[in-house]
Amino acid sequence: MSTLAHDDHHDHKPTGLKRWFFSTNHKDIGTLYLIFALVMFFVGGSMAMIIRAELFQPGLQFVDPQFYNSMVTVHALIMIFGAVMPAGVGLANWMIPLMVGAPDMALPRMNNMSFWILPFAFALLISTLFMEGGGPAGGWTMYPPLVLQTGNAFPFLIFAIHFLGVSSIMGAINIIATVFNMRAPGMTLMKMPLFVWTWVITSFLLIASLPVLAGGVTMLLTDKYFGTSFFDAAGGGDPVLFQHIFWFFGHPEVYILALPAFGIVSQVIPAFARKPLFGYASMVYATASIAILSFFVWAHHMFTVGLPIKGELFFMYATMLIAVPTGVKVFNWIATMWKGAMTFETPMLFSIAFVILFTIGGFSGLMLGITPVDFQYHDTYFVVAHFHYVLLTGAIFALMSAVYYWLPKWTGYMYDERLGKIHFWLSLISSNVLFFPQHFLGLAGMPRRIPDYNIQFADFNAISSIGGFAYGITQLLFVYIVIKCALGGKKAKPRVWEGAKGLEWTVPSPAPFHTFETPPKLTKEMLEH
Amino acid sequence: MQRGVKKTTLKLFLFAILMFGFGYAMVPLYDVFCDITGINGKTSRVVENKNQSNVVSDRWVKVKFDANINGNLPWRLKPQVRNMKVQPGKFYEATYIVENILDVDIVGQAIPSVSPQIASLYFKKSECFCFVNQLLKGYETKEMVVRFEVDKELPDDVTSLTLSYTFFRAKAGNS
Ligand code: HEM
Ligand SMILES: [Cu+2]
Repeated sequence: MSTLAHDDHHDHKPTGLKRWFFSTNHKDIGTLYLIFALVMFFVGGSMAMIIRAELFQPGLQFVDPQFYNSMVTVHALIMIFGAVMPAGVGLANWMIPLMVGAPDMALPRMNNMSFWILPFAFALLISTLFMEGGGPAGGWTMYPPLVLQTGNAFPFLIFAIHFLGVSSIMGAINIIATVFNMRAPGMTLMKMPLFVWTWVITSFLLIASLPVLAGGVTMLLTDKYFGTSFFDAAGGGDPVLFQHIFWFFGHPEVYILALPAFGIVSQVIPAFARKPLFGYASMVYATASIAILSFFVWAHHMFTVGLPIKGELFFMYATMLIAVPTGVKVFNWIATMWKGAMTFETPMLFSIAFVILFTIGGFSGLMLGITPVDFQYHDTYFVVAHFHYVLLTGAIFALMSAVYYWLPKWTGYMYDERLGKIHFWLSLISSNVLFFPQHFLGLAGMPRRIPDYNIQFADFNAISSIGGFAYGITQLLFVYIVIKCALGGKKAKPRVWEGAKGLEWTVPSPAPFHTFETPPKLTKEMLEH
Repeated sequence: MQRGVKKTTLKLFLFAILMFGFGYAMVPLYDVFCDITGINGKTSRVVENKNQSNVVSDRWVKVKFDANINGNLPWRLKPQVRNMKVQPGKFYEATYIVENILDVDIVGQAIPSVSPQIASLYFKKSECFCFVNQLLKGYETKEMVVRFEVDKELPDDVTSLTLSYTFFRAKAGNS
């Protein structure tokens, strides 16, 4: 990169290490976020491989139960806070200024800070695995009193969560400040690409929910070290209160992971169906209603704690209600494809798979949302299957789709389409082999978060593990494709996909270091979705 | 920095801080909510009215006594009688036997809970060992008393209820 900068007349950029450590450029920071997310995806992924290896057969083979539990806990924290969220923020950084015609993010220096907090926070979190008493092993939900038995790792866990929260809140503020203040003239709110809309709404979710989590974990900290009794029955507290606080954050959090995915798919499907997005306005309203409703359904994670019957009913109906706007979105995506001139490049394949598999996850979610049956499903592998359908074949598939869609814009080269398709099909098959059997395991009564199980579950676990290893290995292919594309290939045109709409395709590929330094003059065509 | 950006940023930071406060506000809100609805089985304390003029109802309700010890406390706890038939509107006494199985002095705190949840709204105590911390000397055994009344308004479909105590090791600085 340092040699390139010299023969670069109008595109000045800092060189070497300085460029990355002190970067305030939205594209560089976006790249940093994306690379960080990919690294974390592999760190969290290796933990998943350990889990699946242990579960390949009944009995204890490779790791002791305490370590197994810390793998389950840290895997979840890393995947949620280290992989999916930063990948989404990375895309937002890269694409939002390009999509709304802004020269950069509104708060470039805060942007730098919110990224560089992350490696630090995850170093803290991962270091706990090597501490006396082991890493946190009480589950990513950190329920007391169990989590209070964590050894020396405990304060590190809490501070890591604090840092992650601060980073995400700063990122969210930056996104809203950019979209509200820096749009090019003519880019009205209801003209913005849906990806921008979903990120604005996600940002509000982040700002509203993460501080509540920060408060909750601070209470855990003071309960353990400073004699408070928020969650300690002996001092008049109540451990169930923590679950309320956690899920008040936790359910909006699942939409923080899902909404950006909705945004991506709403960009990709129209591009490859060569039709405008069906029901743009209804998409915006559906996204907003999902976000608002997500603050009123939290106790569907707590049906079995002993809520009063009226509470159970309220949270059951509220949960059913949230499926309505979600259904609107799914219908809109299908209607966009209806009678479209579709082609099936890799981004489109991942997006279509997202629509189908996310819907399967939504259906199992509906089943879990029915209070009386949740008493059977709760804390079983059925829940594990549910959230992996919405998160892996949902959020991660959409992120993959986004990377393939915009990679030529970032690198200036086309990726290898043949390898991309192979990556897609292998991912699709292996992830279903991995997670579909877990539905049956859960229905048959296999509990989650245990390293050993009854032999009646052996066959399906073996199948699931094989799918897991296959999925893991397949992702190495993804890294190869991305690196290959960064190094060279067929030159990408500015409008990489002929059906793609939006401002980002009006700048050259690769996108120059500085874009839209003077606001673009928007034509009607540029504002089409 | 543009003025608009500054304003948006400030507002959003303020919003984040407010939400942090809301997390803490959930604690008293939760307690109030539980008090009103009786959800988590917390029972209430009343002053006994010695010259009760109200008639005792002719209903009979069964009260069962349950006892638990938290894992951190080396005590034993059991009710003297497993259950009692009571008439709503009348005060009764029940006794629990508590034993310290180590030779060190320990302070414990009992936390009561009534089920079914709805019944906790109608279960009144005038005197209870759970009102304060309890000290047991090494190997000491004590009898501890709870004086209670089941309210006459207890819904008709409740024919029996359970009073459960869990003894915890008291936290330093808490009473
Ligand atoms: C139609 C939409 C959805 C419904 C009705 C739904 C419902 C539920 C319910 C009732 C549970 C609790 C199950 C139990 O513990 O017994 C649950 C768990 C979970 N859901 Fe969903 N869900 C939906 C969508 C999503 C989405 C979009 C995501 C994330 C992208 C998600 C992520 C999760 C996670 C991570 C858990 C497990 C949390 C844990 O206990 O560790 N869900 N869901
Ligand atoms: Cu939820």
